[in-house]
Amino acid sequence: MSPSVVSRMLEDALKYPLRGEESTATLLIGGGLAIAGLIVTGLGVLLSLVFVGFLALPFALVPGVIVQGYLADVMRHRLRGDPNPPTFEDWPDLFVDGLKMLLGGVVYAIPVVVGVVFFAIVAAVLAYATQASPDTSSLLGFALAAAGTVMQGFFRNPMADPSIVGVSSGAAVGAVATIALGLSLPFGIQGAAFVGALVAAFAVYLVATEDGRTPVATLLLAGVAVQTFLGAVVSYLLLHAGESIEQALFWLMGRLHTATWTDVEATLPVATLCFVVLLAYARDLNVLLLGEEDAHTLGIEVERTKRVLLAVSSVATAAAVAVAGVIGFVGLIVPHMLRLVVGPDHRVLLPTSAIAGGAFLVATDTLARVGPAELPVGIVTAALGAPFFLYLLVTREVHSL
Amino acid sequence: MSDDTSPGETQASVGNDGDPPNAPLVDVRDVAVGYGDDPVLTGVSLAVERGEFVGLVGPNGAGKTTLLQAINGIITPSAGTVLVDGTDVHGLSSRAASRRVATVPQDTTVAFDFSVADIVEMGRTPYTGRFGRDTGADAAVERALERTETAQFRNRSVGSLSGGERQRVVLARALAQETPALVLDEPTASLDINHQARTLALVRDLTREGKAALAAIHDLDLAARFCDRLVVLAGGGVRAVGPPAEVLTGERVRATFDTAAAVVPSPVTGAATVTPLLDDSRGGLDRRVHVAGAGNAAARTVAALAAAGATVSVGVVPEGGLATSVAREHGLDPVVASPFEPVDAATEAAARDRFADADVAVIAGSVPPSVHALVRDHPVVVRVTDGTPDSGGPADGTDVNRRADATASPATVVETVERVAGEQVSADD
Repeated sequence: MSPSVVSRMLEDALKYPLRGEESTATLLIGGGLAIAGLIVTGLGVLLSLVFVGFLALPFALVPGVIVQGYLADVMRHRLRGDPNPPTFEDWPDLFVDGLKMLLGGVVYAIPVVVGVVFFAIVAAVLAYATQASPDTSSLLGFALAAAGTVMQGFFRNPMADPSIVGVSSGAAVGAVATIALGLSLPFGIQGAAFVGALVAAFAVYLVATEDGRTPVATLLLAGVAVQTFLGAVVSYLLLHAGESIEQALFWLMGRLHTATWTDVEATLPVATLCFVVLLAYARDLNVLLLGEEDAHTLGIEVERTKRVLLAVSSVATAAAVAVAGVIGFVGLIVPHMLRLVVGPDHRVLLPTSAIAGGAFLVATDTLARVGPAELPVGIVTAALGAPFFLYLLVTREVHSL
Repeated sequence: MSDDTSPGETQASVGNDGDPPNAPLVDVRDVAVGYGDDPVLTGVSLAVERGEFVGLVGPNGAGKTTLLQAINGIITPSAGTVLVDGTDVHGLSSRAASRRVATVPQDTTVAFDFSVADIVEMGRTPYTGRFGRDTGADAAVERALERTETAQFRNRSVGSLSGGERQRVVLARALAQETPALVLDEPTASLDINHQARTLALVRDLTREGKAALAAIHDLDLAARFCDRLVVLAGGGVRAVGPPAEVLTGERVRATFDTAAAVVPSPVTGAATVTPLLDDSRGGLDRRVHVAGAGNAAARTVAALAAAGATVSVGVVPEGGLATSVAREHGLDPVVASPFEPVDAATEAAARDRFADADVAVIAGSVPPSVHALVRDHPVVVRVTDGTPDSGGPADGTDVNRRADATASPATVVETVERVAGEQVSADD
C-alpha cells in the first residue's frame, strides 16, 4: 500500500467523530490523550500482572480508566467551555468517560495505530501470564472477524457469519476424515481442512449460481443445506473414528492450545492478503448495502464484486479454521459490537473489527486457559457468543433474509 | 481505470462529440424485455431530449419499472438498443453507464445507518477509483445537498428521516452522480401532496438546466402538471406519446386503465386532471335527461347522470367552463354560449328543442333567467344546487303544467331524477 492509501484510510477514519460537534483540534488532542491513557493503563496492567497476578487485572484497569476520563473531561472543560471542571469525587462518571475515551481512541481516532499499541500490550501481557500464543490467536481472530464483517455486509444480514457458506463444515469434514481414516496427506490435517473448506464453499456457490447470477438468499439457503449435509458426514466419520475420536472431537471444538507459530506460518500471508483485498473493496461493500439494483446504478459490477468478496472472505475463513478448528461466533459478534460503535461504513468497520477480533480471541483463549482444565477455545467463544446472539435476536430488528 | 474522466469532462461532453447535437439524449429503439420466456415489453421506442421531463404512465404491471431498468442498465433487453448520449448503455461497464444515467429507485429505505452525507457521497462511486481519489466529490456532494435542500440533514442518520426527506436524499445521491440523464421510478409514491409537487417541480427545474428526465408516475394529475410529454405504456408497448393535454383523454384512460374516467382541466393549474368513475354505477337509469347550467354543480351533474347510464344532452352551458369540458369528455355535444353575454336566439332555440325531447330537465348551478324561462313548460324539472340556498335560481310562480319539481345536490341527482321521472310516468297512467 502506498503512503497515500494509508493517509486516506486515516482520513476516512478521522471523518467519523467530526460529524458531531467535535472539531479537528479536540479530536487530535483526544486521540493523543487516548494513546497516552492507553500506555498508562497498559503499564498499570503490566505491572499488576507481573507483581500480583492475573486476577489483579481489573484493579489496574479501573484506576487507569478513571484517570483517562479525568483527562478527557479536563480537555472538554478547557476546549469547549464546559462549565464544570471535573473532580475525582464523580469517579463513576469519570470511569464512563474514560471508557468512551478508550473506545474513541481505539475505534474513532486512529484505529490502526492505537489498536496495534493496545494489542501489542495485551498480547505481551497475556503471553507472559498464560504461556498462550497470542500471536496465533490474534491472527486467527483477525481473519475470522474480517471475514465475518464482510459476510454480514454481503448478506445484508446481521446474523451471517463467516462459515455461512459452508466453510467450517467443509473444513470439519476434511480434518475429521483425515483423523478418523488415518490418512497421511502431504500437508496434514491442516491442508485437508483448508481444501475441504474451499471445496464446500465452492459447491455452495455453484449450487446457488444460475446464468452468472448468485442471488444472496439462494446462497444463504444453499449454505444451510450443505452445512446440514456435511454435518451428517462428520457424524458418520466420527462413528468410525475408533481410537482417534478424541483427537477428532478436540479438533471440532476449536483448539488453540496446541497451535504454535509454525502452524500459522501459512495462514499469515493468506490472511494478510485477503484483508488487503477486502479493504480495497470496503467502499463497494458500503454501496452494496443499499441493495444490488441500487449498487448497479451507482457503478458497481455487482456480480463480479460479490464473487470477489465471497471468494476472498471464504479463503480467509478457511485459512483460520484449518489451523484451529471450528471457532464459532468470533466472526459473528465482533463485527456487531463494532458496528454499534463505529457505524456501518466498512472503510472504518473492517479494520477496527478485524483488530477487535484479534483481541477478542486472545482474551477468550486466555480465559479458556485459566480454568483448572484447559478448555477448547471454541467452547468459550460459543458460551459468550450464543447469549449475545440471542440478545441481538430479541432486541434488534432483523432486516431481511 | 481507463474510463476515468473528471465530472467536468462528462458534463462538457453532453451535446457534442460525434453525436448530432439534436439527437435525443435517451433514445430507446425497439426494445423488448422479458423475464424468462415471458415478454414484458415488445417493440418499445421512445426518446427523451435534453431539457425535457417525460412522464411514463400506465397501469400496474405495464412494465414501467422494467423499461426504466432497461434504460439504466439493470436489465439487458432481449432485443433493441438503449442509447444514452449516443452510446449503447448495455455495451458499457456499470461504472461508465452510471456516469450517464442516475436512478432514483422506488424503494428508498436504507437498512444500515449511514449518515445523509455518506449516502449522497455514494453517488460519487462511478468517479472513485479503488485507490484513487475523486477530486470533485466534495463539491458535487455539496451542490447536490443544496439543490435538494437536504444540507441541514447532512450529519443525521438516514434512518431518522421521514419518507419525504429520504426521497430528497436519494435524489441528491442521483444528482451527485452528475449524469446527463435522470431516471425516476415512482418518485412521489410515498409522499404527501406538498412533497409530491415539490419533488416533481425540482425535477422539472433540473431538466430546465439541461438534464433529461424520465419518470414513472402513478398519479396522472401530477404527471400532466409537471411533465413536458407523457408516454403511455400498456399491454407491453407504448400506446401514446405526446403533450399531456393530447395524450390524456377519457377514451385513452379507459382503454389503458380499464376504467371510465373524466379528464378535465384543473381550474387551478389548467393541467389535465383525471377522475376515475366507478363502473358499477353505470347502466341503471334509462331516461333522456337534458342539463343546463354552469360551474361545478353542472359538471358533476353531467358526469353523474352519464355514469348512471342516462341519455344526456347538455345546453346551455358556458363555453370554456367545467361543465362544457365534462360534457365533451363524455362524447356529448353541448349547446354552448359565451359566458357573461346574453344567450342569442339560435342557441336558445337549440336548447329549447333538446329540453323538449328530454324526459327530465335539469337546471344545475346558477343560470340566467333566460335559461329558467326555457324550462317553464317542461313537465319534469330537477334543480341541482351546490348546497348554497340561492344558487338554484328563483323559483318562478308561473309554472303551468308542471307535474313534478324537485331539488337535489350533485350527489343525489341520479336518484332524484329517477324518482321524479317515475312519478311522471305513474301520473301519465
